[in-house]
This record gives sequence, C-alpha cells and structure tokens, in this order.
Amino acid sequence: MADPIQVDLEKCTGCGLCVKACPFDAVTVVDKKAAIDERCVLCSACVQACPTEAIRIERREVKVDLSAYRDVWVFAEVGEGCAKGVSFELLGKASELAKELKQQVCAVLLGHEVRRYADILAENGAGRVFVAEHELLARYNTDLYSTVISGLIMKHRPNIVLFPATKLGRDLAPRVAATVGLGLTADCTGLSIHDGMLLQTRPAFGGNIMADILCPHTRPQMATVRPNVMPKPVPRRGMKAGIVDVPVKIDQKSIRVHVKEQVKTCAVGGKKIEESDVVVAGGRAACEGDGFEVLQKLADELNGVVGASRVAIDMNRKPKSVQVGQSGITVSPKLYVVCGVSGAIQHTVGMRGSKLVVAVNTDPGATIFEFSQYGIVGDLFQVIPALTAEIRKRKGR
Amino acid sequence: MRIAVCVKQVPDTTEVKVDPRTGTLIREGVPSIINPFDQYAVEEAVRLRDAAGGGEIVAISMGPPQARSVLIHSLALGADRGILLSDRGFAGADTWATALTLALAIKKAGEFDLVLCGMQAIDGDTAQVGPELAQLLGIPQITCVDKVDLDGKKVVARKLVDEGFEVLEAKMPVLLTFMTPSDFVPSNPPFSKISKAQKKPLETWGIKEVDGDPEKLGLKGSFTTVTKVYSPPRREKAVMLEGSPEEIARKLADILGKEGFF
Ligand SMILES: Cc1cc2nc3c(=O)[nH]c(=O)nc-3n(C[C@H](O)[C@H](O)[C@H](O)COP(=O)(O)OP(=O)(O)OC[C@H]3O[C@@H](n4cnc5c(N)ncnc54)[C@H](O)[C@@H]3O)c2cc1C
Repeated sequence: MADPIQVDLEKCTGCGLCVKACPFDAVTVVDKKAAIDERCVLCSACVQACPTEAIRIERREVKVDLSAYRDVWVFAEVGEGCAKGVSFELLGKASELAKELKQQVCAVLLGHEVRRYADILAENGAGRVFVAEHELLARYNTDLYSTVISGLIMKHRPNIVLFPATKLGRDLAPRVAATVGLGLTADCTGLSIHDGMLLQTRPAFGGNIMADILCPHTRPQMATVRPNVMPKPVPRRGMKAGIVDVPVKIDQKSIRVHVKEQVKTCAVGGKKIEESDVVVAGGRAACEGDGFEVLQKLADELNGVVGASRVAIDMNRKPKSVQVGQSGITVSPKLYVVCGVSGAIQHTVGMRGSKLVVAVNTDPGATIFEFSQYGIVGDLFQVIPALTAEIRKRKGR
Repeated sequence: MRIAVCVKQVPDTTEVKVDPRTGTLIREGVPSIINPFDQYAVEEAVRLRDAAGGGEIVAISMGPPQARSVLIHSLALGADRGILLSDRGFAGADTWATALTLALAIKKAGEFDLVLCGMQAIDGDTAQVGPELAQLLGIPQITCVDKVDLDGKKVVARKLVDEGFEVLEAKMPVLLTFMTPSDFVPSNPPFSKISKAQKKPLETWGIKEVDGDPEKLGLKGSFTTVTKVYSPPRREKAVMLEGSPEEIARKLADILGKEGFF
C-alpha cells in the first residue's frame, strides 16, 4: 500500500523546517531531502510548516449529504438533585454554535424523575429537551445510557453532540461513538464553527501542544468538553423548552455491570473543587506541619477550596478527590493559588486552564513560575498567613 | 484465564520541555516509554492470571516497529505472548480506527476473559480507545479502575467516579481501563527477565494478518482529522512580587481585591 504521506522531491528544498515542526521526531533530512519514517502519525505539522508545499497527506474523500443533520445537542449530566454546572457551560457554548449555524439547541436528559430539570435547561439555552425517564436510569450505567442516546442520535440525526468531559462523560461518549460508528474528540477546550464544520481544539502531550480537529465526512460531530472552560450563560428566567418524551425500552436483564457499593469522598454538601472559582493548592511543602490548615484559612477568606499535588495524597494529607493533575482532576478556576508545588507536567496539565495563577515557592527556579502570572519566591508559611491577615483586615475584620 | 492487555509506546511527557524562546517542543533525548497506565494494567494482568491459577496473557501494541520494546517490557513483566500491530496502513489512526484495529487483532487472537487497557495514554490523553474497543468487542466496560479482584467468573472492580468511588461487579468477559493508584511504584524488570522475555513468542501483524480492510483502518478509516498542531499561547512571564511577607501580602491583596476575589 502506498504511504499516505508523500514528499515531492522536486519541490523539497531540504530546508528542515519540517524536522523542527514534527512533534514525533519522524522527519529527517537525508541528501538534502525530507524523509519521513514510521514514527509519523500523520498529524500534518510538517505539511503546515513546509514553505514549498512539498509534503502531501492523502486523505479519504467521501461525499455524503450532511445537510440532513441538524441541531446542536448537549448531554445534560445530572448531579445530586440538580443538573450539573457543566451542563450549563455546554449549553452556553452550544447556543453560540447553534446561532452561527442557524440551528437549534437541544438538551438530552436521562434519569428517573428528571423532567423537573427541563426548565432550568431551557433557561440556560435549550430550545428542546429530550427527556428519557426510567427507574433503571436513576443510576448511571454505561450500557443503558449508551443504548438510549445512540437510539436518539440515529433517529433524530443531530449535527453536533457535546458531552461533558467528566469521568461519566468520558465513560459514556466513546461507547456511544463506537455504537453509532462515529468520530469523537476528547476533552476539548475550544469549539467554533469553521466553514460550517465544528472546529475542535484540544491539548495533547500533557498540554505541551494544541491540536485543531475536524470531523469532515460524518455526522454528528461529537466531542467531550472540558468542564470549567466555557463560561456559564446568563440564565433567561421563564424560558420554556419543547419537551420530547423518549420511550425507553430497557430492563434489568440489560444490566451487565452491577453497583455493589458507592462511596462519596467529596465533602458532603461542600463545594466541589471542579466547580469552585478559587482553588488554593498545596504540594509537598504544605505537607509539613499545619501547611494545609494555613492554606484552608486563605481558601475560606476567598470562598475557595483547597486542592493538592499528588504528593499530598500519597502522604495522606488530602483525599484523592482534590488531587489536581493527570491522574487526578482538571480544574480551571478564576484564581489558582499554588504553594510549594514544583510544577511537574503531571500537575500543571490539570491547572493550566486557570485564569489567574499565583505561585509561592522557595525555589526561584521552580517550573511552576512558568505557569503563573504572579510569582513569589518565599516560604508559604510566612507569605500565606500574611496574605490571609491582610485580606481579613481589608474586609474590615 | 486468558487476558489481553493493550499497551502503547509513548514519549515520556515528563521529559518533554518547551523551548522558552520559540515555544516549540524540545524532543531531543526524550525517551520512549510504556504508557504508565498500561504498565499498571500489565502488572495487574499478571497478578490476576496468577490468582486464577494460571492462563495466558497476550500483550498487544499498535505502533511503529520501535514499539516492539514495550512488548518486550510487558513480556519481562510477565506477559506470555506479544503481538505488534505494525503496518503503514495503520498509521494516522484516530481513536476509532485504533479501537477497530485492536478489536480485529483481539478477535483473531481468540477468546478472552479479560481485556485490560490503561485509562488513557499520556501523549493523547483521550481515554476513548478502551470504551470504543469494549463496544466493538460487544463486552461491558468498567473504566477508571484502581483495584480489581476475581470472584469466580466475576470481577469486582473499584472505579473512581467524579464523586468518589464505586465498587462494581461484572461477569467476564469484561474490559477494564486502569488508573494508577497513588501508591503504585512501577516495577523495573531485571536484566535476567528481559533476556528471558526475548525468547517469548512475539509476532508482528499487519493489515493482512488481522483481515482488515485498508479503507477502514489508519488515516483512511479515521473520522476525525487533525488539521493543525501548534504550541499553546504562552503566558507572559510571571511578575515576581518582592519584599517582606507583609509587603507581598499587601501587593497581592491589591491585585486580588481589584479582580473582585474578596
Ligand atoms: C503517571 C503519573 C501520574 C501523575 N499524576 C499526577 C497528578 O495527577 N497530580 C500531581 O500533582 N502529580 C502527579 N504525578 C506526580 C508528579 O510527577 C510530581 O511528582 C508531583 O506533582 C510533585 O508534587 P509537588 O510539586 O507537590 O512536590 P515536589 O516536586 O517535591 O515540589 C515541592 C516544591 O515545594 C517547594 N517548597 C519547599 N518548601 C517550601 C516552602 N516552605 N514554601 C514554598 N515552597 C516550598 C520546593 O521548592 C518544590 O518546588 C504523577 C506522576 C506520574 C508518573
């Protein structure tokens, strides 16, 4: 089979820009011509970098009628007694996309006795709400949820379907994608319309590079969207949505995975770290003495939540539910105060979406400063209490 | 007990540094490693096989010929057989085409009680291949598992969820994706095990061997297309606040107050 990537040796000048552009080290210049080896994943970075258009990638060209697919759908994730905040973020984004496409925003709501959430989804932008209610949907189950949503997609043919990139959304969306045989882009941090198509932007390589992704030949275009990145819309009180009742044909027999135990480790009634506007995070240095209490006091003044690097979880100072980073959670608060954290990529990948970052570290060379707008070379045990006291003073206490 | 484990070779993203001047990736000297979540999956496969009183672990990796080294590593950790899925026609696969290739290979390699994957690969971070593979194989999935045990013909797995964790039970066959628990220390097989691993069966399969349709695999079979890769917009260099802790606190309070944080 011919290699899908080809270098036109006549056009190639051997300038080597493609070598620099390749994130996979797959391009070399041999005898003044670019050569591409099997490490190439066809990401197209070299194609863009080439000044003489000497590199070509042969892609599938399929012509199908895509105009039959309409509307922007949002899977509305339901939390305890309410639709989750991330559902509103997605509806906000969906409204923007739908406006540009001149199509409608629809929410997909699954669960038991969830109809009462339809109004709040409408107030946040949903023009139509598909409501699928069944006792067995009260608790999330991959197979059941995937079956219901896949059925809806095949029947109603949406143009775009967005899922939250929560643990639940990332379990469900790929199962749906494989059921209907469609593409899916993970954990997007940007979405826009480009030539009528959904342009999906996401980080890769631990956040070191960004990729723009299209789904050119198939519909719906599906993506999971990182929580806390898209702004929540301003709700329009009193808005109503058209309700579409979805018949649900499932039974106990279709359940293949059974829940034996559920344990909530997040503070009950407490604010969830992913949804908090302010996060005060501590690393190894905060594990000393009363470090985390010091951080908690600042968090309390700022109405925020305390997060941690993995070291603090390993040392049993903080629960896994507040671990920020690759093997923990991703946060993107308005303010991230990070104390005694070195800035390893596994940590920063989970916080680089934060709007304002303030780092406190004794080491002037600490990597975390590269991810911060404000840096303080200092001891958290001195700086943080002083800041807490100053804020209290200004609040007039 | 037959277990298939899917492993991927990835650049060690911890070693990837960004050139502070140009903002591009510095790849020189970045080692290729087994995806850390996959290493945990292999170690768990070995533990489960031994707990079940024996069986066969087949480690499967799709990638360029160099990816052979992660299979050798998996064999050294205790897997019994390796299959390298390597063909230019597999290149450029998105998660769907990757899952499809793995599904074809797994079906070809026989019946399995368990299919194990890492939760996600540290280069792409999609976490999609596991669930897509489960659907294509027609078996249930439990994602984000950090502990698992066998109970006769069932698995009992601890799954991390947004609110905490759940203990789930499923009849085999089932696919699990693993998240490393925080106390996991990857074992580094000694030289003696690596040289023994070299003697274990390791085959390379291409499109023909998996009975694949070249139009449905690799770049051609992918639904999503990467149109551009670029460095993320860089932040301005941090403004360093100096002075005594009290002075710093005042400066910082000015900034946070202006932004409306209190
Ligand atoms: C597969 C994998 C997944 C991982 N996932 C995660 C993850 O999800 N999240 C995560 O965080 N890590 C993760 N890690 C671990 C990560 O690589 C780092 O080891 C970890 O983030 C380091 O934590 P730290 O910055 O708190 O500690 P250290 O790296 O030890 O840094 C401590 C910092 O504190 C500073 N310091 C010391 N004393 C003071 C003081 N008094 N005041 C102020 N500063 C002080 C030091 O200068 C230093 O910079 C993962 C690793 C692997 C291999």
